[in-house]
Amino acid sequence: MRGHIQIWFFGGILLLTYGVLIAATGLWELAAPPAQEAVLWQLHAPIWWGGMMAAAGLFYTVRFRPR
Amino acid sequence: MSLASVPAAALAAFFQTPVTQSLVHLSGVDIAIIAIYFAMVIYIGFYLKSASNTSEEFFMAGREMTAWIAGLSFVSANLGALELMGWASSAYQYGILATHWYWIGAIPAMLFLGIVMMPFYYVCKTHSVPGYLKLRYGDGARGLSAVCFAFMTVLMSGINMYSMALVMKVVLGWDLNFSIWVSSITVAIYVALGGLRSAIFNEVLQFLLIWLGALLIPIMGLIEAGGWTNLKHQIAARMGSTNYTHLWSTTAHFRDNPMGIHWTGLVFGLGIAISCGYWTTDFLVVQRVLSAHNLRAARMAPIIGAGFKMMVPFIVILPGLLALSVLPFHLVPQDVAVATGQHSFNEVLPLMLVRYCGPGLLGLGVTALIAGFMSGMAGNVSAFATVWTYDIYGAFLNKKASDSHYVSMGRWCTFIGVLISVGTAYLVQHAASIMDYVQALFSFFIAPLLGTVLLGMLWKRTTKAGGFWGLLTGTCTAIGLFLWVHLDPSALRYVALSPDAKAMAEDMYRALWSFLACVIVTVLVSLVTEPRPIAELEGLVYGASNVPKEHDDYWYQKPIVWASMIAVVFVVLNVIFW
Repeated sequence: MRGHIQIWFFGGILLLTYGVLIAATGLWELAAPPAQEAVLWQLHAPIWWGGMMAAAGLFYTVRFRPR
Repeated sequence: MSLASVPAAALAAFFQTPVTQSLVHLSGVDIAIIAIYFAMVIYIGFYLKSASNTSEEFFMAGREMTAWIAGLSFVSANLGALELMGWASSAYQYGILATHWYWIGAIPAMLFLGIVMMPFYYVCKTHSVPGYLKLRYGDGARGLSAVCFAFMTVLMSGINMYSMALVMKVVLGWDLNFSIWVSSITVAIYVALGGLRSAIFNEVLQFLLIWLGALLIPIMGLIEAGGWTNLKHQIAARMGSTNYTHLWSTTAHFRDNPMGIHWTGLVFGLGIAISCGYWTTDFLVVQRVLSAHNLRAARMAPIIGAGFKMMVPFIVILPGLLALSVLPFHLVPQDVAVATGQHSFNEVLPLMLVRYCGPGLLGLGVTALIAGFMSGMAGNVSAFATVWTYDIYGAFLNKKASDSHYVSMGRWCTFIGVLISVGTAYLVQHAASIMDYVQALFSFFIAPLLGTVLLGMLWKRTTKAGGFWGLLTGTCTAIGLFLWVHLDPSALRYVALSPDAKAMAEDMYRALWSFLACVIVTVLVSLVTEPRPIAELEGLVYGASNVPKEHDDYWYQKPIVWASMIAVVFVVLNVIFW
């Protein structure tokens, strides 16, 4: 399917968007901890998980961007 | 395996849950994550419409998919959310034995498809599995198979839709009608616009989402439990048995394991009859591989899929095992949960999700569940549209229409298929037992069809009459055995070879007997009927076909090398968790 956007670009955009949203939520929770904390909240999973998603998403978005 | 293999009784009970309060409360960011997913899938549908103008583009995705995309789609079409929740529940009840449905019940069959069967499916350029039957056995076998498949597929799609609505009701408190209509309209839009290509794109996205949404549960769970070795000790101490973490050592006798299964049933019934039947002849999954851009990609796709399939227990079975250790309360059967207000086995995955995931991550997990359900529906509907248009409408009702007419028919079929699915969803709402019967019905055709397709591909002597009578006998055998046990439960000792056998063992042996019945009758009838001339079997049968040679630059590019590596890892994993 020449000339069309590849699926990996769509995947990259989705990962990047979700990663930023989740990491931002994790950072926000540092300043305003939730009333009910999840188990192992002290590991701050949203920050590193969201960060990894955003990094992977950024890579795929750039690598497979429409040219 | 598909919904058809999920413990039906457990899931049926889940559907009777009276919802008093939802398990999960979503925040604004969670809802934004879900909304972004819906916007993305609909956009993809509109975007791909311009690339779905011919029948080859609409029904076969232009046969342009790479091995990776076809492979991820192949495994993703089967990775529904209901299946994830069902098997996590089974892992909580039966331990690591549930892993058999992902390993022996999938990996050998997927490798067999890639290495042995795919060249024939691909070289004959068929559009569908019924299409192959037409080339090998004629219009009768094609028509029978196509009608059964089309009928069952829309029913399964409706069941999937209803299941999703119920899970959303139990987990999120959403209204049933809202979930059914929003999901069905979304699926109808993106499949009708973009065809198989759109379905495949969304399946790849769903695959990413499921892994990202679910992978955090085992990671956090293992941290909390203190690693795999500690987890095993904790489960043994809490359950008073070490059987929960062994795959094979408890299967020497039916009564030695909680599933009531035996290794012969696992290897021959599940590993050969059911697994090969599903992974190599169910058009829903085979269609994804047929969309590959060349033979090498078509052979590599199931092998890549097998590699990922082997890892799925990490996000499905392990959370169930972790729940045995880390949850501060015991989960109970559904009827007890309804009576006492406790949590049931079926809620294990959402409970573990809520345990470790706060706002944002929770939205991701819920989106993964929704994506799993919707891609399951899309897979069914796109396969239905293809089989209806090519193998029923185009083959029997209107043979000489233009290509654009068939594309138009495919788009309308998608909407009609979704509408029938919605109708089925409401039908099941009023008679939940229908779901069990539909799942059983689906399983009746799978194992015998394997015998028919396999003999057709591997034995030149197989005749048209042999194929037809073998398929009919195998299907009747499956139905007969099902009815026998249904009417007289004590017959289980004959069907599954032991009075200690349980429902899952019955499924395995019923599939095995129906497969054998099909093979024996096909062989016998073929031997006494006139075979087709060898020249007519070109591209269809082993020994009568010139399969194009693949020219790989390096040894490590060969499909057989990758398949061998996957096979070695498969054996090693089974030994490790023996």
